[in-house]
Amino acid sequence: MTEFEVPVLSIKNLNKQFGPGCDHCRNPEPMALIKNYCSVCGTVYACRDVSFDVYPGEVLGIVGESGSGKSTLMQCLYFDQETTSGEGYISSYQNGLKNLFEESSQQKRYIRNHLMGKVYQNPLLGLKIDFSSIGNIAEKLIAAGSRNVGMMEARGSELLSKVNIPVHRRKEAPKNFSGGMQQRVQIAKALSNQPPILLLDEVTTGLDLSVQASVLDLIKSLQREMNISIVLVSHDLGVIRMLADRTLVMLEGQVIEQGLTDQILEDPQAPFTQSLVHSLL
Amino acid sequence: MNTAYNFAFFDEGSKREIRRATLKAIAIPGYQVPFASREMPIGRGWGTGGLQLTLSLIGKEDVLKVIDQGSDESVNAVSIKKLVSDTTGVQITDHTSRATIIQSRHRIPEVPLNKDQILVLQVPLPEPLRYFEPSEHETKKLHAEKEYSGAWLMLFEQIMKYGSMTTGADHPVMVHDRYVMAPSPIPRFDNSKMNENEALILLGAGREKKIYAVPPFTKIVSLDFEDYPFEGESFDGKCCRLCGSEGVFLDELIDEATGETYYQCNDTSYCCEILNEVEKAGVN
Ligand SMILES: Nc1ncnc2c1ncn2[C@@H]1O[C@H](COP(=O)(O)OP(=O)(O)O)[C@@H](O)[C@H]1O
Ligand SMILES: [Mg+2]
Ligand SMILES: [Zn+2]
Repeated sequence: MTEFEVPVLSIKNLNKQFGPGCDHCRNPEPMALIKNYCSVCGTVYACRDVSFDVYPGEVLGIVGESGSGKSTLMQCLYFDQETTSGEGYISSYQNGLKNLFEESSQQKRYIRNHLMGKVYQNPLLGLKIDFSSIGNIAEKLIAAGSRNVGMMEARGSELLSKVNIPVHRRKEAPKNFSGGMQQRVQIAKALSNQPPILLLDEVTTGLDLSVQASVLDLIKSLQREMNISIVLVSHDLGVIRMLADRTLVMLEGQVIEQGLTDQILEDPQAPFTQSLVHSLL
Repeated sequence: MNTAYNFAFFDEGSKREIRRATLKAIAIPGYQVPFASREMPIGRGWGTGGLQLTLSLIGKEDVLKVIDQGSDESVNAVSIKKLVSDTTGVQITDHTSRATIIQSRHRIPEVPLNKDQILVLQVPLPEPLRYFEPSEHETKKLHAEKEYSGAWLMLFEQIMKYGSMTTGADHPVMVHDRYVMAPSPIPRFDNSKMNENEALILLGAGREKKIYAVPPFTKIVSLDFEDYPFEGESFDGKCCRLCGSEGVFLDELIDEATGETYYQCNDTSYCCEILNEVEKAGVN
């Protein structure tokens, strides 16, 4: 095997349920659930047996309708949520031998602060909206151990200009910024420690179309420049088509199809994927 | 002494419960221990946290000193002393070295404390991460995981806004390399006095229902950055107009007649003691 073939991130059989489950829904019969939901005990099976690999420098797209479990999956990857079961490995963490989901919360923080960046659809989840923009970036640098103001200010300014925010506005709070600018600050923050993995959850959803396009362009150029691996989640196949090398299609918590993005667009297999592709045309 | 009340105002059970929380606080330096803060005949926010500590600890042999912003004679200090002395009959003193329990707001006395003394500090806001994180549930987790980025971020934001760390008082400290703690609104000048102090330091927040402690000889480090080191207030080249002391915390005052700025010890009992010594030396 060549080094290129070692995934940076590897997820195996990830499950996340909300609720305790019952005899009815633990039954492996496929009809036990209504979509992702048990009508007997009310448990939601938000992610079911999700497995995938992300390779160095790759953009992996995850597409699916609202409620299919995309955000839950991303929350599990960033440890915002506890996973119910499953394994995760990062090649640059403990030689890829330790299951991330079984690490202590202190170790999980370490992984978040050093090896991952995340951009949320809702900037309120990713930013301290009243703190300065540069402070928001510094937060991640501080969390990763920096105690040098000059160094952090320089790095923060560099990142802000990279995401096209004028450096003279670095001390302004993101609450004064437009939605597109807030997402740019989130991106700058997520990139601050040069993490090998970037998680993007519906980063352009809710933005004006022209703003969407400019944020997507930014992500594309940063990804090329930094050769970072990205997991990109969107309900919008148009966004996925623009950025993703490979794509997973999720439905009701399960991965129903995966492959090269071009392949999926040209020859969708599952009926759901077919309707998704047709609506794009 | 007013015998209508139990000794030291509280019933023995209440005092024992506060002492139990205190013992836990001493066992885990800098960790905020919740306690069932009691109703007091003075308003919360007027030192009820400190007062409850004092009342739970005090015995007949104790000698009490109470200071408020460096003064033994402020209204607040006087009413606290009155309540304790009415319900215990213990001796009250202004002399730091004579006191066994010193309850204070905003200052650590200039006279070094010793191992037979307990300093009780009144705390309005015990949570050093509150500015960063409004939820108590979350700050508890952050302490548990020793995740203190928020405390440094607060200082970073000050530097961005004002060019330097602007915590006039209550500058956060790391206790024994483990917990970040609000030292109560003492001036930065007093932070260094906490480090390796011989006395037991107890901190009580009545409204927020927390007790925490710095046991004798505990390492206390004020948070800072490599390129913005922590500094206490400096009074270089200045001295007290009354007693001539240098290297103490000075209040800046303006002579109304001449418009001149002058300085005076903030710790008034320390100032008096120095003056008395000078006088005695003069007489002999
Ligand atoms: N905290 C929660 N408690 C219960 N159910 C939840 C919770 N969060 C999400 N869900 C459910 O999990 C499923 C997946 O949601 P989500 O991951 O947000 O989907 P997506 O991001 O694909 O729209 C949905 O059925 C949603 O209602
Ligand atoms: Mg979502
Ligand atoms: Zn069920």
